[in-house]
Amino acid sequence: MIGYIARRLLVAVPTVLVVITVAFFMMRIAPGGPFDLEQPMPEQIRQNILAAYGMDQPVWKQYLDYLAGLASGDLGPSLKFRDKDVADIIAEGFPVSATIGLLSIALALMVGSLLGSIAALRQNTSADFGVVGFATVGIVIPPFVVGPVLSLVVGIYLGWLPSGGLDPRLGMTVDRLILPVATLALPQIAIISRLMRASMIEVLRSNYIRTARAKGLSAGTVIVRHAMRSAILPLVSYIGPAAAALLTGSIVIEQVFSLPGIGRQFVFAALQRDYTVVMGVVILYASLIILLNLVADLLYAALNPKVKYD
Amino acid sequence: MVFTSTPSEKSDLLEKSAIQGRSLWDDARARLLRNKAAVASMIVLGILVLLAFAGPFLWIHDSGEIYRDRVQIPPTLENWHIFGTDAQGRDLFARTMVGLRMSLLVGVVATAVSLVIGVVWGATAGFLGGRVDQIMMRIVDVLYALPFIFFVIILMVVFGRNIILIFVAIGAVEWLTMARIVRGQTISLRAMEFVEAAQAAGVSQSAIIRRHIVPNVLGPVVVYVTLTIPVVILAESFLSFLGLGVQEPLTSLGNLIASGARDMEIANWTLLFPAATMMLTLFCFNFIGDGLRDAIDPKDR
Repeated sequence: MIGYIARRLLVAVPTVLVVITVAFFMMRIAPGGPFDLEQPMPEQIRQNILAAYGMDQPVWKQYLDYLAGLASGDLGPSLKFRDKDVADIIAEGFPVSATIGLLSIALALMVGSLLGSIAALRQNTSADFGVVGFATVGIVIPPFVVGPVLSLVVGIYLGWLPSGGLDPRLGMTVDRLILPVATLALPQIAIISRLMRASMIEVLRSNYIRTARAKGLSAGTVIVRHAMRSAILPLVSYIGPAAAALLTGSIVIEQVFSLPGIGRQFVFAALQRDYTVVMGVVILYASLIILLNLVADLLYAALNPKVKYD
Repeated sequence: MVFTSTPSEKSDLLEKSAIQGRSLWDDARARLLRNKAAVASMIVLGILVLLAFAGPFLWIHDSGEIYRDRVQIPPTLENWHIFGTDAQGRDLFARTMVGLRMSLLVGVVATAVSLVIGVVWGATAGFLGGRVDQIMMRIVDVLYALPFIFFVIILMVVFGRNIILIFVAIGAVEWLTMARIVRGQTISLRAMEFVEAAQAAGVSQSAIIRRHIVPNVLGPVVVYVTLTIPVVILAESFLSFLGLGVQEPLTSLGNLIASGARDMEIANWTLLFPAATMMLTLFCFNFIGDGLRDAIDPKDR
């Protein structure tokens, strides 16, 4: 088990390295640099600035320096915000993104597996069709439509909730998180309820469920103790892709609801050629996804005695 | 009937059934046509495609024409602004058709790119097997774990927002699942009894490929293609929404939704019509994809 984790982490290192390398050189090929202003600055000043950030060196040297910095845990300074490091910028945005992401996945798991189970237990009834229909709608409507429509209807027409943005003085308050979290969770609720329905139907047909019923266990016990446990397995292996989808989705959500999260900073930094911030965010996201995939696999093994890692 | 038939009639029947033997595809088509949601979706999608490609030439308003005196008027039959006009005073119906055309084009072309990469990669891995297969699929596993959309965003920023790049970039992101499907099919088909049986019966190699291999690989691929198109359309809209996709004067549904979302407080129709068009399109593709899956792979129902 520990050997398996070690090997997985060992594979993760070259993966992250590939990510870093590709992102680094892609940013450098880009025409335009972080110090291009509307008015061209005197050549001498430009040279001095470049030298201050080590950008007068050949690219391969910059690359090695960057890796060396990373190895000691330094993501470097932001090229646009003179008084901030990349770590500061991530530290500002990450709590917002992480809160929204975690709340969304929690909501999606609860509502999704509940809806999926109901649909499976009442297969081919109107409840089932309702869930399947809802799931199709949830997958088809993109968050950048749901977000604006929700904030238009709930925020502006009905006036129940504030329609956009975190109040910098109050920070993350419940009323301002409801709409972003709901929007981000909707497609996940849809996918999870579909997964749950399919696997629950499969499990309910299996022999051991029939045996459990034949033993005279109550319907509730059969479902909660026996069916749920194996029906939930496909959801566990969905955690990895779900995490990736949530990270991507949060870029849009933060844009729509003007939340100061990390996804918004990423788009802004990419447009501004703030190389180091872009790199920092990409590295963070890649590591997160790899880590979550590992956690998902371990959880899967823990829940499913048929799978053994060694 | 069987008892009364003479030997000649019997051989007649046999011959007939041999000639009229229904192929995999006939069966699949019959099953697909029984699926009401899929058929309705095909009809609606057909209308949408017609509107997107012929509509802009037939509609009385040009998508780029600016009516300075008719800025942001709500949907009305007056002057035939049935979807209203946008913040610049352009006819929204014309723009929605043009945007739909762009979204459909991106969907089809980028899916084709992913299809080519995925089929070549997956078939190579599946045919060669062994170490090559291991390495190739390991690469796919690693790529699966990457936040790909970030690379697309960087690409867009780096190389400017041209359409060709959007096609290629999105296609290059979506090929992974296709590669897995094709590899799996290839490997399992190589070992199938009916392929061995056909070989034993002396069927020629080309006939085996034509009658057994291609239809069996094609089925899942066709299904996956139908389900990839909406994903690609969504990806393009996502980029356009962030301002990184198709650029003015071209437009896509994502672009229209983005500008609609900016104006929604004063002109909600600029958001609602493009959004509804997009949802309708995606619904159609999803229903057709599901229908095809049920039709081609009935054991999966």
